[in-house]
Amino acid sequence: MPLRPRSWPFVAIAVVVLSLPIVGGYTWLLLSSLSREVHGLLPVGGFHLENWRFLWEGVEGRPSVWVALGNSFLFAALVAALEVFVSSMAAYAISRMRFPGRPLYLGLVLVLHAFPAVSLLIAIFYVLRVLGLFDTLTGVILVKASLDLPLGIWLLKGFFDGLSWEVEMAALVDGASRWGTFWRIGLPLIRPGLLALGTFALLSAWGEFILPYTLIVSSRRWTLALYLQSLIGDFTFVDYGLLAAVGLYYMVPVIALFLLGQRYLLNIYGGGVKG
Amino acid sequence: MKGISITLRGLSKRFGNVWALRPLDLEIRAGEFMAFLGPSGCGKTTTLLLIAGIYRPTTGEIYFGDRRVDLLPPRERDVGMVFQSYALYPHLTVFENIAFPLRLKGMPHSLIQERVASVASLLGITEILSRRPGQISGGQQQRTAIARALVKEPRVLLLDEPLSNLDAQIRLQARSEIRRLHQELGITTILVTHDQAEALAMADRVAVFRDGRLHQVGTAQELYERPADTFVAAFVGHPPMNLLEGAVEDGFFRAGEVVIPVPESWPRGEGVLGVRPEDLKLGEGVPSSARVVEPMGREVLVTAELGAGKVVKILTNPQVRVMPGSAIQVSFPPEKLYLFGQDGRRIAP
Repeated sequence: MPLRPRSWPFVAIAVVVLSLPIVGGYTWLLLSSLSREVHGLLPVGGFHLENWRFLWEGVEGRPSVWVALGNSFLFAALVAALEVFVSSMAAYAISRMRFPGRPLYLGLVLVLHAFPAVSLLIAIFYVLRVLGLFDTLTGVILVKASLDLPLGIWLLKGFFDGLSWEVEMAALVDGASRWGTFWRIGLPLIRPGLLALGTFALLSAWGEFILPYTLIVSSRRWTLALYLQSLIGDFTFVDYGLLAAVGLYYMVPVIALFLLGQRYLLNIYGGGVKG
Repeated sequence: MKGISITLRGLSKRFGNVWALRPLDLEIRAGEFMAFLGPSGCGKTTTLLLIAGIYRPTTGEIYFGDRRVDLLPPRERDVGMVFQSYALYPHLTVFENIAFPLRLKGMPHSLIQERVASVASLLGITEILSRRPGQISGGQQQRTAIARALVKEPRVLLLDEPLSNLDAQIRLQARSEIRRLHQELGITTILVTHDQAEALAMADRVAVFRDGRLHQVGTAQELYERPADTFVAAFVGHPPMNLLEGAVEDGFFRAGEVVIPVPESWPRGEGVLGVRPEDLKLGEGVPSSARVVEPMGREVLVTAELGAGKVVKILTNPQVRVMPGSAIQVSFPPEKLYLFGQDGRRIAP
């Protein structure tokens, strides 16, 4: 049981006070999406569902929001799958095997992580153009997954480092190949790490904006982030009610995922493999 | 299942600049129970992992029977191994742990059931097959690890300090149980241990290692009666052999002021005199004073100072009453003395 410091009440008050603006923001979002107009945090003109019309009709020449939702799901799921798949194998190799250039490789992976993705945007744009992957979901998925790989590799390396060598030796003596040891023993034992990384990657890809914004043009390949941006990006009048409703809609899967996955997310920092 | 002979030829292992194992030649007979004995870091576990195929040798060859195996991966060597930590798979039940080697062979499910059930009853763990390793006791974990090593009916069984994590009571029981399994199954078995009592009690022959070098191989009797050097002399036997530095003169061994009669045939020159505590007698001999007297039940261990800091331990019977600080005489029976050269090797007898 964690000890409560004596200053506990002050900490609690500070947390509440500092969280107020965020809570206020979400309250505004909820109220705006359900009312005709909002003055401050006061709804004016009564309750109505007009702002949620994007659910059943296209809004001003934009594609259906369900297409964008599908794209977002596809994008996040594939990025997460790719990241977990590649990171786990790379992390195992780094953690368990000696190969020439290993220290250099470790260092490079870390440096790569330090690069802000934005600084690479122009280069990435050209690479995708040459590969014919510009304006495709495949292209953005590959880019997003690659940029997040260093984090995943280092995270899972920590989990693999925590596994007992003897258990792996036992598997080898029992008749497993190196691959079999990885697949049947290594992966199941770092399951908390895989789930944590998967959840983290899903959330990160779901919230990704700058990459799809730069690398996707056609509106039928929009993700939800781009759909939302299109509501404020035009030089026309901004419908705040609609904006709030789409914003909430965009958040629902994240909240759901967070509620389901927070146990695993905490493992990122715990690094534990028990249980 | 029947054991197979193991031959190590010029086998060595180097990690970077460190020799974990110096070139080694050793033959282990089919069905034999061999112990690798030595302090930690002496190369005994390295040798075991080389035989299992976890490490690649730096030099040398390994043969199982006539078949050369040092280039084969572990899964093609047909060995079972029990690790010090037992190395059970924590995410699998005891049944699945034991079945793991068979599943990897693609054995049909019904046959797996049968084999696991039979090896589980052999080791008395039928009751806990559905539990996970985290839910069973240390002794049960050890049995599970042995069951997993035996279930594929290997021709070689490797045991890496399998008893060191057990309580003293269960350890004795496990000792005789492993001995019994070896007699029933006849698998060639290698036990790695740092406990000389364990090695001497369980194994047919014992190989004594230190600093990556094999010092001596022999039966418990051979190691005790004819130790190859001072290390083996001091390591095997409890309490350890007394060692006195000095020089042989005509029929005498002189260590400082202490003079001990030795056989006439011994060569002159500097060396180390060895004598076991149980071979020393109280009575006519070298005058000395008793420093410490430790009753040990059936025997009494007397620490005696022969003068000028030369100390020996004497195992004697409790009827001889010795008071700490009293003057005594220690007799050195010439036929029970050993002489080692300055390099530690035994010169005589």
